[in-house]
Amino acid sequence: MISAPQEKFQETLANSGLQEAIYSATGRLMEKRRNTVKAEVLPDYQELRDQASALKKHTVENLDHYLEQFEANVNAHGGKVIYCKDGAEVAEFLADLAKQKKARLLVKVKSMTTEEIDLNEHLAEQNLEIVETDLGEFIVQIAHSRPYHIVAPALNLTRYDVADLFTKTLGVPRETDPEKQCKIARGVLREKFLAADIGVSGANFLVADSGAIVTVTNEGNGRMCTTMPKVHVAIAGIEKLIPRAQDLAVFLKLLGRSATGQPLTVYTTFISGPRRAGEIDGPEEFYVVLLDGGRTRLLADREKRQSLHCIRCGACLNHCPVYRKIGGHNYPWVYSGPIGSVISPQYRGLQQDAWLPFASSLCGVCAEVCPVKIDLPKLLLDLRSDIVKAKKREGQSTLERLGFRGYAWLMRHPRLFQLAGRMGALVMRDPGQGKWLRKVPFVPNIGPLGAWTSGRDLPPMPKQSFRQQWAQRQKGAR
Amino acid sequence: MALLGWYNFSFMAKRVSLFVTCIIDQLFPEVGLATADVLERLGYTVDFPEKQTCCGQPAFNTGYRQEAREIACQCIEVLRGAEYVVVPSGSCTSMITEHFEELFVKDPQWLEETHRLTPRVWEFSKFLLEVAKVEDLGARYDGVVTFHDSCHGLRALKIKEGPRRLMSHVKGLTLREMDIPEECCGFGGTFSVKFPSISCGMTRTKIDSIVRTGADAVVGVDASCLLQIRGALSRSGSPVKALHLAQILAGR
Repeated sequence: MISAPQEKFQETLANSGLQEAIYSATGRLMEKRRNTVKAEVLPDYQELRDQASALKKHTVENLDHYLEQFEANVNAHGGKVIYCKDGAEVAEFLADLAKQKKARLLVKVKSMTTEEIDLNEHLAEQNLEIVETDLGEFIVQIAHSRPYHIVAPALNLTRYDVADLFTKTLGVPRETDPEKQCKIARGVLREKFLAADIGVSGANFLVADSGAIVTVTNEGNGRMCTTMPKVHVAIAGIEKLIPRAQDLAVFLKLLGRSATGQPLTVYTTFISGPRRAGEIDGPEEFYVVLLDGGRTRLLADREKRQSLHCIRCGACLNHCPVYRKIGGHNYPWVYSGPIGSVISPQYRGLQQDAWLPFASSLCGVCAEVCPVKIDLPKLLLDLRSDIVKAKKREGQSTLERLGFRGYAWLMRHPRLFQLAGRMGALVMRDPGQGKWLRKVPFVPNIGPLGAWTSGRDLPPMPKQSFRQQWAQRQKGAR
Repeated sequence: MALLGWYNFSFMAKRVSLFVTCIIDQLFPEVGLATADVLERLGYTVDFPEKQTCCGQPAFNTGYRQEAREIACQCIEVLRGAEYVVVPSGSCTSMITEHFEELFVKDPQWLEETHRLTPRVWEFSKFLLEVAKVEDLGARYDGVVTFHDSCHGLRALKIKEGPRRLMSHVKGLTLREMDIPEECCGFGGTFSVKFPSISCGMTRTKIDSIVRTGADAVVGVDASCLLQIRGALSRSGSPVKALHLAQILAGR
């Protein structure tokens, strides 16, 4: 199993500029969220979370029904639903479609699902040009990087970084004002919108009873992509379904607030089918690609399938003290933060991401802020147990397993536990003056001991343990 | 007066068993003694079931369910006869009250034992406020402190205002809140040694916030967080102390 990239963590932690960028950007998002969900402005916030959670649970448990309903309604509006089991199938469909339409250029709305399947790379292999049109994603694309955050893809970059990047890749004079940078990007993108043959988007929700997709965006690029090109392809995971349009009353109240602290995002777009007779804009053809990509595997697990409830708001990333230290690029896949640690090993297999569920202090703040109440710490714990079992089967981590066997044995033998503690106390002597120890004397500080003393001191062990002092106290009292 | 006498007498009948946790037993006995002092002062008869060791949380949190189960059984056996169990740790309390159940979902006998035990298990500050129903313990501490909300206490047991209310009655004590009292200290059990750089990075943020308050001690309800925080404070050369709430409330 692949182990954690500890050196990369250290690198990120030592980069004070990056640390400041991550901590302050996530801190701002936390504050904005707090201000839009507090009781004074959203008194029914907790009830909304309960409803959202119940709706998602119901949908995931009846996914077959809602998928069929959604497909029938999309067809009725003149659209078409394509089922793909993985990213390769999605890319194949798009490449075929492009060939059929003699398309060369695709423009794209920000979508994590397409990031998940490396769509851009797949299409580049087919000699198709696909351009990211969300400002953050545009920056990420021209930097040949990947999103740092599921909602704020360029969260790690300062405007000075962006200025350098634009000068280098677009050949424009250095510009550090974000508004002017935005104008530069718009200038580049406007050409692309006008020339594009196919628009690709994700979907925040797939509404079963109306066969509509819903996207929530903040930049005008979204609607440019879904209305200007002749063909619109929406790509979404099957878990994005919700039963009824009226359920959006719950989800839309939660999504913008949890993500960016907006009561609603600037654009909330409902798309059901291609342009109809008499309409002045919209694509001639409309496809919804529904991706499995490992999702159906989760359906079988009664507990873990709540991972599919996620609406990708990013609140758990913003609040996670681990994400706030290591940032998005130290996670092995496009999904970072607590939800990434939960879904990556489940979508991709435990082998590849075995260290991920352990990279959490289990502080629980993620579950506290999750708008659909996913019990992330519980899922992390369950995955840890699964991984330990898998490693045991494969004969890995023998030393650790022996350690825990020994610990469990010792804890069932109170006298020996006491004896072990007292032997420790012989070594961990008190240097006096309330001082702690920089390392454990007389033994090599390696393994867990070395890890601890790499950044923290250890307390000296008292001459007498609690139970010894207690026994004396009781004698004295008698 | 008669009524008061009767009231006190009814207290005297109450017996409390301490589950001091392995960390306090071996590393911080003064916290266990302070806990006992506070309870005895309230008129409780305090005992210490000697066969106790650990709640099994390190194994559970690292994915070793079978090992955790074995320790949980030992823990349940030890505490079986207790009237009340008081634990001076939010995270060990939540291990017993929130997670033992998960360990025994397929074992009806131990599940029943768990259900019989958990309503009697109380985190120290919650016990004072909700069972003993006292806020003012007549304590004294001369100094400025700041309070760290331990994650499991805060989020699993909803311990937030309680310790602050208890401290508000401590003479001589000034509470100066840090800007991020609810942010994790970075300990996280084996996380602290599996991911030392991340863990220490988190602690750095925490102790910076503690030091900014100018307090001379950080107070908490979990010895494990205090181990992490004081360990990092000590490494940075800071004189700021880390004290358990029980030590503050036992002070005279």
